[in-house]
This record gives sequence, structure tokens and C-alpha cells, in this order.
Amino acid sequence: MQVPAPFEYERATSVDHAISLMERLGSTSRLIAGGHSLLPMMKLRLASFDYLIDINDLHDELGYIEAGPGEVRIGALTRHRELLESATLTAAFPIFADAERVIADPIVRNRGTLGGSLCQADPSEDLSAVCTALDASCVIRGPGGAERVLSMEEFHVGPYETAVGDGEILVEVRLPVRPGCGSSYEKVERRAGDWAVVSAGAAVWLDGDVISDARVGLAAVGPNTTGIPEISTALRGQTPSESLFEQAGAIAARSCEPATDQRGSADYKRHLADELTRRTLRRAVERARS
Amino acid sequence: MQVTMTVNDVEVTREIEGRLLLVHFLRDVLGLTGTHSGCDTSNCGTCVVWLDGEPVKSCTVLAAMAGGHQVRTVEGLAKGAELDPVQQGFMQCHGLQCGFCTPGMMMTARALLNRNPDPSEAEIREAISGQICRCTGYATIVRSVRWAAVHEANAAAAVTETTESPEAGEIDNAGQPAGSVA
Ligand SMILES: Cc1cc2nc3c(=O)[nH]c(=O)nc-3n(C[C@H](O)[C@H](O)[C@H](O)COP(=O)(O)OP(=O)(O)OC[C@H]3O[C@@H](n4cnc5c(N)ncnc54)[C@H](O)[C@@H]3O)c2cc1C
Ligand code: FES
Ligand code: FES
Repeated sequence: MQVPAPFEYERATSVDHAISLMERLGSTSRLIAGGHSLLPMMKLRLASFDYLIDINDLHDELGYIEAGPGEVRIGALTRHRELLESATLTAAFPIFADAERVIADPIVRNRGTLGGSLCQADPSEDLSAVCTALDASCVIRGPGGAERVLSMEEFHVGPYETAVGDGEILVEVRLPVRPGCGSSYEKVERRAGDWAVVSAGAAVWLDGDVISDARVGLAAVGPNTTGIPEISTALRGQTPSESLFEQAGAIAARSCEPATDQRGSADYKRHLADELTRRTLRRAVERARS
Repeated sequence: MQVTMTVNDVEVTREIEGRLLLVHFLRDVLGLTGTHSGCDTSNCGTCVVWLDGEPVKSCTVLAAMAGGHQVRTVEGLAKGAELDPVQQGFMQCHGLQCGFCTPGMMMTARALLNRNPDPSEAEIREAISGQICRCTGYATIVRSVRWAAVHEANAAAAVTETTESPEAGEIDNAGQPAGSVA
């Protein structure tokens, strides 16, 4: 029987209350959202805290998907299942539904949240790759209501490490809406509901038949979820073609840093990074055109 | 700390440790041992119960997090002496062998049917994809859930006594004729 080490449980009634609890309790406290990354780590004693602050009561405040003209805004406590089932999100960014369908299993998806996924910053975690591809920004709120807005590159500091400081909470993810967008996600897993061997997400923006911008995010192939600016540079201003996708795949394979483990060899994972990059770009372009 | 929650329609209040997991609260504190504990790692799904009507893996939820919420376990599935159609389906179609995974499977199946009264085989398999059965090979579990779906559709049709023939009578996955479900 695995149980976490002892801690005190607190329940936040609002975002400001959560922040004031964290301010008072300091670095010995941690937020718990869905708990589906935090509790497994605490059971294995990979993490332990004196206080857990439950933010699930903030779902009214932090569980939403709102489409505006310039951006789609998603509250940090929006659950995987809500992301999967959102028609708004699927219409704007099909990459989300592609990814959510293969994140964990339906029951885990009932609990896990967008904010928890991003803040966990597990190198194999899928939504960071999705948000990287979509050029998302993360809104972090701190004491006194002060907010910072960070790009995904700034947000992810390292494996299991983000820019969210003590006394701060991720409140929202913003996805810019630009015309001509197509997006897609692919993951290779060993069995249903498993973490990725490798996964890739791509977003392209077409202006007529020219790629005005393109972004690729990979998961499980390095110390952190990897965005690859070199691919964006190579694709911008080009007309989509099979040889262009091949070029992007080759850059992805060369830029990532996979490790050999029980999920596969580093060579195999590089091969997947290449192939999945090509497939997701191809599909993203098809979707942008349709 | 003190926690109060509603379990199978009964309000319970207990003094607990913050770190107590919901699965242990149900089994060890309340003695509701129908909810099983298999893997401890959120993978096997034997510990599935409902939190506010949605299936959750109770080995990865703190009992404290359920405070103020509605929990339903397999003990709360039957209506008095009358078994839920899902329970009947598992009996009719041999949906279990050792029975270890069965409570979790039935809770997931019931939640699925509440949302989607006529799930396809693929939808049933997707719904239980986070749960492991070491005995049945899943075919009979899928058949049991279909049985329950058809049984409920037929029962509802019988109640409304429509003049049209009930279309929901086929059990495509089970290969059983419509008449056998009554
Ligand atoms: C069996 C299983 C399979 C899984 N498979 C996958 C998979 O294939 N792909 C995948 O991507 N994920 C997978 N996951 C992880 C799952 O998606 C997690 O639920 C998710 O990563 C974390 O979300 P959470 O809400 O549960 O976060 P929690 O576990 O509650 O929190 C995680 C971390 O984020 C912090 N945090 C949470 N919310 C905030 C916030 N708003 N602001 C600041 N900090 C915050 C917490 O303090 C904690 O450090 C799996 C999990 C399980 C149990
Ligand atoms: S005991 Fe909870 S999922 Fe296995
Ligand atoms: S019946 Fe034995 S594990 Fe499913």
C-alpha cells in the first residue's frame, strides 16, 4: 500500500485565497489540482510537502474555454475531458482533441487538468508540446494580484521545473488565433493510455499557399518538451511540399535529445521524431487548407 | 482533520489524516470493501468509484478532496434488492471470472450508459481502456455492457408501450437475439 508522507490539507476558496495560503505557508506548501501527477510522486516519496492546498473548488473560477476574436483563453483548472469535449477548441485547434484522445485514459482524464499538466513539466507530458506548437502564453498570478504573461519557452525552465514561483499560480493559457491555421498531433505509445514513446505536435499558418509560420513541439525526446525554432525558420515563406516536410523531420530528429530506456532506443525515438514531425505537418497543412 | 462526504446517499463524517486516500477511506474506515485496490499507481482501475457522478481512480484522490462531495461505490449500484442492469449484464454474459476488476468495471459501465445509452463496442472498449482485467479478455465484459444497454432500452420501450417495434432490440456484439434479454 503506497501512501504519501504526512501533510496538512488546506482547501482554497478562491485564487486569491490560494495565493495567500501559499504566501503564509511558503515553499513547504504545494497546490494540488487533479492530483494525478502529484499524488503518484508523493506516494513514491519523490516529493513531499508539509501542506497541500486543494484548488478543485476553484473550477468555477478557473475551468473555462473562451474563444475571443484574437485568442482562445483556457482556465488552468480545465480538465482533460473538458478539453477533449470542447467543440470550440476542436474547431479552432484540432491538435487538442488529437492529443487528448491519447492522454492517459478516460478516467484519468476526468481529473487531470491543463494547469497541472503544464506545471508538472514532465518531459513526456503531451499538452506542453501542444501549447508549444500553438505558441501559447501562460498567465501566472502572484501576491497582490500581479500577473505575468510568459511564452512556453520562458515558462518551461527545465524538467519538472517551471517559472511559477512560490506564492504563484498558473491561472490561464492563451492561444493566439491567426488566420489560415491548421494543427495536428500524433503519438506513439506502447499500449492504450501509456505515456508517449515519442509524440509530436505541429501548427502551420498558411497565407494563400505559402507557409507564413509553422511550429513543432515534441514530447519524450529530451530533458524538456522541445520546441524547434529551426523548423519554423526553414518552413516560413515556403510552399508546403513533401520534400519540405522531410527537411523538417530531419531537423527534428537531429535537434532532439532522446535517451534509451524501456520505451525504446534513442535511435528509434529519433526515427519517430522525424516521422511524426512529417506526418503532423502534412496533416496540419491539409487542415489549414480545408 | 474532519471530513464529511456523502457515500451512497448517506452522509458520513470522520476524523482522518490529510494523506488518507479515498480508496482507503472507503475500504478501511467505512468498511466498503467492494471497491478494490490493485496497483496503487492509477493504472489498473479496480479502485474506480464515482465522485459527483464521474468515475475516478480513488487511489489517486485524497479522501479530504471528496469532502462535501457525492461518492458512489459498487455497494450503491443496486436499487435495494434490485440489481442494476449492469450487474445483471455481468451475470448474464459472464462478465467476470475472479471478480477482482468487476466493481470498477461496473462503475465505469454505469457511468458510460448514463451518458451514452447505446454505446458501440468501440465506445465501451474506450471507456474501460484505463482498467485491467486479467481474466476475461474483455470480450465478455463488453458483451455484458451491451446486454445492459439493450436491456434498459427494451425496458424503457416496454414502459412507454409504443406501437412501433423497438429498434434497440438487437445485440450486435453479443450475437444474441433480441428476445433473450427480457
Ligand atoms: C495512469 C496515468 C497515465 C497518464 N498518462 C499521461 C499521458 O499519456 N500524457 C500526459 O501528458 N499525461 C499523462 N498523465 C498525467 C496526467 O495528465 C496528469 O493528471 C497531469 O499531468 C497533471 O494534472 P493534475 O491536474 O493532475 O496535476 P497535479 O498532479 O494536481 O499537479 C501537478 C503539479 O502541478 C502543480 N500545479 C497544478 N495546478 C497548478 C496551477 N494552476 N498553478 C501552479 N501549479 C499548479 C502542482 O502543485 C504539482 O506540482 C497520466 C497520469 C496517470 C495517473
Ligand atoms: S488501485 Fe487505483 S488504479 Fe489501480
Ligand atoms: S475478472 Fe478477474 S480480473 Fe477481471
